[in-house]
Amino acid sequence: MKEEIIIAGFGGQGVLSMGKILAYSAIMQDMEVTWMPSYGPEMRGGTANVCVILSDKKIGSPIVTKYDTAIILNQQSMDKFEQTVKPGGWLVYDPSGITRHPSRTDINICRIDAIEGAARIGNSKVYNMVVLGGFLAVKPIVSLENVEKGLGKSIPARYSSLIPMNKAAIEDGMEHVEIVHRI
Amino acid sequence: MAEKILMKGNEAIAISAIRNGVDGYFGYPITPQSEVMETLMKEKPWETTGMVVLQAESETSSINMIYGGASCGKKVMTSSSSPGISLMCEGISYIAGAELPCVVVDVMRGGPGLGTIQPSQSDYNQIVKGGGHGDYHNIVLAPASAQDMYDFVDWGFDLAFKYRNPVVILADGIIGQMMEKVEMHEMKPRRTAEEILKAAPWATTGKPSTRERNIITSLSLDADIQEKFNRKLKNKYEVIEENEVKFSEYMTEDAEYVFVAFGCSSRICEAVVDELRAEGIRAGLLRPITLWPFPFGEIARLAKQCRSMMSIELNLGQMVHDVRLAAGGTCPVGFYGRQGGNIYTPEEIVGEFKKFNGLA
Repeated sequence: MKEEIIIAGFGGQGVLSMGKILAYSAIMQDMEVTWMPSYGPEMRGGTANVCVILSDKKIGSPIVTKYDTAIILNQQSMDKFEQTVKPGGWLVYDPSGITRHPSRTDINICRIDAIEGAARIGNSKVYNMVVLGGFLAVKPIVSLENVEKGLGKSIPARYSSLIPMNKAAIEDGMEHVEIVHRI
Repeated sequence: MAEKILMKGNEAIAISAIRNGVDGYFGYPITPQSEVMETLMKEKPWETTGMVVLQAESETSSINMIYGGASCGKKVMTSSSSPGISLMCEGISYIAGAELPCVVVDVMRGGPGLGTIQPSQSDYNQIVKGGGHGDYHNIVLAPASAQDMYDFVDWGFDLAFKYRNPVVILADGIIGQMMEKVEMHEMKPRRTAEEILKAAPWATTGKPSTRERNIITSLSLDADIQEKFNRKLKNKYEVIEENEVKFSEYMTEDAEYVFVAFGCSSRICEAVVDELRAEGIRAGLLRPITLWPFPFGEIARLAKQCRSMMSIELNLGQMVHDVRLAAGGTCPVGFYGRQGGNIYTPEEIVGEFKKFNGLA
């Protein structure tokens, strides 16, 4: 099993940390991982993206151009990455701020309104965990139990009291993801 | 089994320095390697192992702090990226000339000049062929993963002290910025004063009445003495070339076509080999792990076995000259590269490979 994922949005949406939590969750179930961020000027207030690869085997190239899943959180990223999803793959997106919705018919598409989800939880900072929940609902590559362990590894010990809230956000996302197109 | 931690290559360098008993780190921030010093500052090793971490006022200053620390037999290191390494080259030449051990990490970005902050391998010539003035060699290690970054710090210091020679860990923006899982080994304590005397009897640690004074210098005004010293270096370099070459091979056993690539490019070429094998083309990969000493012998052996070779580098073609030298005209040696911080994809390399070999 190998899953190549691009997560893309604005800096501040928690794109990089979502990737890190996903990577740590995969380590908890003994998978190989690579996490390769965009770095440099585009991070400062602009778009941020990270390529996460999870695999049962040793990972060769950490750089890929086609993805099994694209998780897209703003219009710029939609324009850049919609065409990079492999046929039959998944596109997960947050519709808020999206003016040109995805139009491909050869991929699976689902939407997750994570701002609403974070509001239900009562903390805007768990936005990215709602998105992660949406993704895991359609692609359960890591178990919720391992995600919880991954959270424990990613979040500094002094914030460990926040793990239940993050878990609740993931569950909220899993519950509220909406499938738009299924091939 | 040791715990596996997810970390960036740059973080692995810093954590490994602390855990392997490094005495001092002196550096100056520059993308894409700033996480090395950031991590050290966050970990505050001066409160645990007693390791010194210092942000110097410039790269010139930090390499000369290394010169001073190394003269005292301490395990000292620095890190920077391409433009910063250029500033350090004078100091590295002096360190080579004074025969001192140290580890320098170069997380390459695109050049020349300030260039770009994206990954590149365009400083192969600079680091492998010297960088500073004079007849000298750095021992050059090329990591291809976060685990390598962790492991090469300890290996680098072993080599540096064994041969009293600067060691450069030549990484790139991908290896520095990418997170992977890293297995950490047992902690090594810092050397005690007695252990330093044993590991570095040449060090300037204070002259006892029982021996002559130790002198650390790279200056000699007498031509005959300097020539004698140059020949002594040459002998040392021959021993290193004889004993320290390291490389790895992927699917070369029956390979008709061999790629040669180091660092991040070797990772990408593994995917290329997989793709070509899936098409029934017998491709393989040789990854030099030490760039100096270079695996001339193994490349020469493979050149006799294969139809052609291709050197794949993130530059305009630098290592390819060493590959051609090694192949010695036995087989054609092609080159493909990207520059400016752009990265090739496996598919792109497959296309270039087929063009070069007339298989398209």
